[in-house]
Amino acid sequence: MITRRSFCKKSLLIAGGLAVPLAALELFDPRKLLAEKDQKGPRWVFLVDTRKCVGCGFCVKGCKVENEVPYDANVTRTWVERYVVTKDGKTHIDSPKGARDGFPEKGIDIGHGKLEEIRDEEIEKAFFVPKLCNQCDNPPCVQVCPVGATYQTADGVVLVDRKWCIGCGYCIMGCPYGVRFFHPVYHVAEKCNFCYHRITKGMQTACVDSCAFGARRVGNLRDPEDPVTKVIMTERVNVLKEEYGTKPQVFYLGLSKEVK
Amino acid sequence: MVHGEAWTIKEFFTYPNEYIYWTIQIVMYPFMTGLVAGAFVLSSLYHVFGVKQLKDIARFSLVFSFALLPVAMLPLLMHLQQPLRGIEVMMTPHFTSAIAAFGIVFSTYGMIVASELWFVYRKHFVETALSLKALPQPDAADKLRCLLFSVLTLGAWDVSHEALEADERAVKKLAAAGIPVACFLHGYAGFIFGSVKANALWMTPLMPVIFICSAVVSGIALCILTYILTMEIRKQLSLRRRLAHPEIPSMEELKSAEAHVVAMTSRYLLMFMVAAITLELLDLIFRGYTAVKSWDILRSVIYERDFVNIFVIQYGLGNLVPFFLFLIPGLTIRRATVGTVLVLLGVFMMRWNVVIGGQAFSSSFSGFMHYVLPIWPTSMETLKEGLFGALIVAIVPFCIFYVLNKVMPVFKKA
Ligand code: SF4
Ligand code: SF4
Repeated sequence: MITRRSFCKKSLLIAGGLAVPLAALELFDPRKLLAEKDQKGPRWVFLVDTRKCVGCGFCVKGCKVENEVPYDANVTRTWVERYVVTKDGKTHIDSPKGARDGFPEKGIDIGHGKLEEIRDEEIEKAFFVPKLCNQCDNPPCVQVCPVGATYQTADGVVLVDRKWCIGCGYCIMGCPYGVRFFHPVYHVAEKCNFCYHRITKGMQTACVDSCAFGARRVGNLRDPEDPVTKVIMTERVNVLKEEYGTKPQVFYLGLSKEVK
Repeated sequence: MVHGEAWTIKEFFTYPNEYIYWTIQIVMYPFMTGLVAGAFVLSSLYHVFGVKQLKDIARFSLVFSFALLPVAMLPLLMHLQQPLRGIEVMMTPHFTSAIAAFGIVFSTYGMIVASELWFVYRKHFVETALSLKALPQPDAADKLRCLLFSVLTLGAWDVSHEALEADERAVKKLAAAGIPVACFLHGYAGFIFGSVKANALWMTPLMPVIFICSAVVSGIALCILTYILTMEIRKQLSLRRRLAHPEIPSMEELKSAEAHVVAMTSRYLLMFMVAAITLELLDLIFRGYTAVKSWDILRSVIYERDFVNIFVIQYGLGNLVPFFLFLIPGLTIRRATVGTVLVLLGVFMMRWNVVIGGQAFSSSFSGFMHYVLPIWPTSMETLKEGLFGALIVAIVPFCIFYVLNKVMPVFKKA
């Protein structure tokens, strides 16, 4: 007969064994990951020239069609914001439907389907700012994903594995830029991936191709001859929300302090 | 429709993809784990620190904590967009994520509670099994019960004095080991929120500690409340049954035992309440004093939009009122009932104000989002993440407790 003592020992052993998930046995080697990151090869970055953006929203349309984000769903991988700063120092911002159809109304969309009209004389300055995933060098979305469904490739792009995402939404909470959402069809986390299927084949992203004004450009930071890299290295570029320590890789020309 | 659109109302500028993604189930999750942890800590006060006055409620809260345990997982599952893949958290945990620790902490804790329960109830299992075996003409149900209890003894039939003492020592050790694990189980629920740097309201290192303190508060309150309720039922039963079985404790005995236990336990409740509220106020004052970039929008959420939720319901009704109810001398059962219900409400509102309040403003700091709780379900989504989903989560532990109580009677005198 089994003694109580040995029973206790054995059950503790089994319990302990069960507590260690099998997959944990193959632990990550951080050095291996680092080596993968240091590989030579491209590091994709983005350059947005806000001075050239006219707010037509063709990029948003182009992206939705290319990446099969349902056209009428109120989510989008990229969007354009309109900033209107008035003489009283107030900033008015909107992005109706992510500016999929540009900005058909002159009034500022303040939610509840209401518009706030601003008279021309009151306006101090106004401009447009396109937004997309920053493919952060230190991406919080990758850090917080409990199952590793969101990951960063060697060339710096952050991707989501649609077959592995459990749809917890932690990454959506973790992104300070609000670029993530749940895909209305696949019901998993979704985000801009710089049209990874295109740039890795030497093509431009869909939004870059749709922009008639050259406000958007994609480039390779590891290639010193790349025109985008040259601009980033030699001109006064800025990034969004640097204070979060995410090391964003979308660079902006002509960014204003009002931009959120 | 996009996930989140059904219950989010946006105002001023929010990023196009922003919605309230974490809803009522994520409020239920820390609330339920809090109850688990709190109930366990209460039972450990007796087992480890030998607080004799808590003897009666200790067993009770241990079983209750076990009944709550599977339910702590339920809200997480209900909120996942891919619930069938939930098991991946156990299979491919990504350890930089706070949620990934869930499987490990949760199963460790579950095993500690299960083994502690086994040691506490082993004598009962053996005795029941033996008495059933001794029955002259057992019917099928008796046989089944006999089998169940025999299996539950796990082959350890020794109920000599020494063996029972060894049991007690094991219980003590397990209870001691359980306290840090229970605190960890809940503290890390706080860490899940506190470590989200993108959210101005959540990000504070105090979050885990605040969560632990309020967890203990809610756990104790729920134990007192459920204890009172079961005692009331027992009183009614004893009235009816006493004629046939005079050995059942009388109405008066039950009453005095109840009053005593409730008064004792509520002292501990008060202590933890003070700790919890101090930390929460510290957090609030600190934010106002340092007034970093996000303070403007936080202030308008805390002092304007959520004022009723935070100051009237959470602090007023949920903390201040019960505080006085318990402090006024001569605690009656009725007052204790009202007090504990209010405390539970307060802790629930605290979770609500953290989870929903944290999403009440856009991360652009230029707009707000309002959460409309779906009451009547119109789709699977609004069923799972609406009032009904939350009610399911709230009711299940009591059903489990009912079943557990059949096997491990919490009121049987040892
Ligand atoms: S912008 Fe957001 S989604 Fe993109 S990499 Fe950074 S944190 Fe992740
Ligand atoms: S929603 Fe998907 S990708 Fe995002 S953290 Fe959860 S499992 Fe990872």
